[in-house]
Amino acid sequence: MISGASTFVEGVDNAFLFIMVISFFFLIGITLTILVFLIRYNHKKNPKPTQVKDSVALEITWTVIPLILVMGMFYYGYVGWIPMKRPPDEGVVVTANARMWSFSFRYENGRVSDKLYVPKDTAVIINLNALDVLHSFYIPAFRIKEDMVPGLVNNRTWFEATKTGTYNIFCAEYCGLQHSYMISEVVVMEPEEFWEWYHDPDAMVMEVPDDADPVLLGRQIVERQGCVACHSLDGSTVVGPTFKGRFGETITVMTQGEEREIVYDEEYVKRSIYEPDYDITEGFRAGQMLSYEGEISEQEIEFIVEFLKSLNE
Amino acid sequence: MSESTKSNHTSFLEYKGKYRGILGWILSTDHKRIGLLYLYTMLVFFSVAAILGLLMKIQLIAPGHTIMGPATYNAMFTMHGIIMIFIIVVPGLPAVFGNFFLPLMIGAKDVAFPKLNLASWWIYVIGILIVLTSQFLGDGPPDTGWTFYAPYSFQTPANIVPALVGAFVLGFSSILTGINFVVTIHRLRTPGMTWFKMPLFPWTLYATAWIQILATPVIGITLLLTVMERTLGVGIFDPALGGDPILYQHLFWIYSHPAVYIMILPGLGVISEIIPVFSRKRIFGYKAIVLSSLAIAFVGYFVWGHHMFTSGMSGRALFAFSFLTFLVAIPSAVKVFNWVATMYKGSLIFQTPFFWAVSFIFVFMIGGFSGLTLGSLATNVHLHDTHFVVAHFHFIVFGGTGFSFLAAIHYWFPKMFGRMFDASWANIGWVVFFAGFLTLYLPMFSLGIMGMPRRYYDYLPEFHAANILSSLGAMLMIAGAMIIIVNLVRSARYGKKTNEKNPWGGKTLEWQADTPPTLENWEEIPEVTEKPYEY
Repeated sequence: MISGASTFVEGVDNAFLFIMVISFFFLIGITLTILVFLIRYNHKKNPKPTQVKDSVALEITWTVIPLILVMGMFYYGYVGWIPMKRPPDEGVVVTANARMWSFSFRYENGRVSDKLYVPKDTAVIINLNALDVLHSFYIPAFRIKEDMVPGLVNNRTWFEATKTGTYNIFCAEYCGLQHSYMISEVVVMEPEEFWEWYHDPDAMVMEVPDDADPVLLGRQIVERQGCVACHSLDGSTVVGPTFKGRFGETITVMTQGEEREIVYDEEYVKRSIYEPDYDITEGFRAGQMLSYEGEISEQEIEFIVEFLKSLNE
Repeated sequence: MSESTKSNHTSFLEYKGKYRGILGWILSTDHKRIGLLYLYTMLVFFSVAAILGLLMKIQLIAPGHTIMGPATYNAMFTMHGIIMIFIIVVPGLPAVFGNFFLPLMIGAKDVAFPKLNLASWWIYVIGILIVLTSQFLGDGPPDTGWTFYAPYSFQTPANIVPALVGAFVLGFSSILTGINFVVTIHRLRTPGMTWFKMPLFPWTLYATAWIQILATPVIGITLLLTVMERTLGVGIFDPALGGDPILYQHLFWIYSHPAVYIMILPGLGVISEIIPVFSRKRIFGYKAIVLSSLAIAFVGYFVWGHHMFTSGMSGRALFAFSFLTFLVAIPSAVKVFNWVATMYKGSLIFQTPFFWAVSFIFVFMIGGFSGLTLGSLATNVHLHDTHFVVAHFHFIVFGGTGFSFLAAIHYWFPKMFGRMFDASWANIGWVVFFAGFLTLYLPMFSLGIMGMPRRYYDYLPEFHAANILSSLGAMLMIAGAMIIIVNLVRSARYGKKTNEKNPWGGKTLEWQADTPPTLENWEEIPEVTEKPYEY
């Protein structure tokens, strides 16, 4: 198959190869037989058919041989699959949260990331959560896929990466409008490098260097949290209202069923992130966004506001 | 057998009953007219859904926005699926050719319950109309995919309820047709036609009818529960209310997997009719083919879990479902071997129905073999919900059911319309369609192996090359479909007239009836003494 980078690859690819070899053998064999028959028993060449008697022996043969072969396929499929169902007790534990239409990964020490950083040659156990609808956690290079089901507890998958590099994570279960943009990456690092990243104190508390550009920080947060899946930066309407050219404007919203006019200010931005359904912008509907309380801090919101302001220019 | 006999009887096409004009059709209880009513209805909706498919493939010819936005795309693949599954392939061959030819092939004057048969068509049309209202009323067309998976199907603001109710109503049409066929086959076989002298197409209709009767109520209940969940919030599937979304998948596939056999079994029957006729040979392994049909229908009930290997089911259940899935592959393999053995030492006549039948075997094998990688646990995990599944599914349902439908319509065309189709255009259509089909769906296997998920409006650049090929294949295939449809429609109106009872030299009873058949098919009920296909 395609190049792989986890300990499951060999088992999966062996099963695939086994099935493919047998399948191609029969596909080519039967197709050639048909072609030979088409030429040899063409009615111009063979105007008189020869009737042939049924044969129980033949029927049994071509029942039993395929049966044995598919049992072989079943076996290889089972052997390649069983390690996926048996996560080890020890390993790096990550909780993956999926929502429309982004993944976020939370480590045991509280570190949160939009990309999945993992050490090479170490078991990584992923707890799978979905916050809204079904999603699926799919890493083609690792040959793993497991649905993320809202409300299903103890839903886990695991892997052990064997090669450093960056690989795609797709959502494989259709989850609505922006399903095809629900993509993240897994970054496999050398273990030392990973642990350095993991314990990086700067990442834990958001310490902002004096010379950091708040606009840039805001943009990073917006991208990391997947806001842009629904809120465009160019004025177009996706699922929610665009971010462009809105800050400071007076907008019409529905607040608990009543229409009112408010100013798009910092207060409004914060409320919209923590209680998305409180004010619904005219022309949009409620129930499309979950609260980001606990995921985006108040300090981060300040940077987002700086970023939003920058979009007015 | 092949002498042309002029009949003084009025054909079913010209018969004047109580009603005239269009009413004479939509109120007719004649099984042949009802079969054609289904055919015309399906032709319209097939064209719509095929164009939706083409537009989707054009969208996918390049990454990013090409001709539509994601909302439109998602609505299109949903509608493509709903129309193709519930309106075309599930009723498909039984509704059109089963209605038309089951009574003819078993020497009956009509089905057992002609009025119920007409009611089935009406229910079918009402179901379609309800489904269509979902497009035009409410908050936009459904965007859930034809599978209506929970909990998205409760959360999307789109207009889901009419689609669910419509599919529910369509289910009744299917159940009633099933009951009608089972009773017809049990009660109305002509004297001398014992079970094992019955042709193979009626046999597959019989197996199919039982699935229709026993499995369809499950989807009916599931769809109703989903409607209740959406409107009343009863909390069966919705995790926010304590429900279980995986339960939805179980109920959905308990029907929808056997439904795949509803789609394909009659197709296998058609191929079993055509191969012996154009080989001038007795079918090889008649009993094996019959038994394999029954085995498929039976084992097919117990494999639904293979749609859910990555859904969060227990490992033990997965083990059992994978094992049973491999078992269900065997009867299909047995059929292929028997068809090929039937051609052995035959005198093969190269005509359009035979081309379709042989190409059917080829695409059906690719569909079947690709199914093995999906039935195997390890490989399924990688391939599930990718384009590989889309390719596999289309090879079986479009390659299988579609090719056998086209084989059937060319095979029975002269009998149905009393006219011959234009053979050169039919063959050109076949070549173009076949080439387009392979170019469209083969690259999807490679996309799936590379990891491109299904139901994707947009994709990463690494998937571009195979998508270009696939989209070009779609255009070619649609061109082929247009040649075929135009040729058939034209031939039905202006084709060369024929009263020849048996243009292909078939041995089954329908070839002893007038061309086109009269109102009640027979002057004298034919008697059967020997097995079908005795060349």
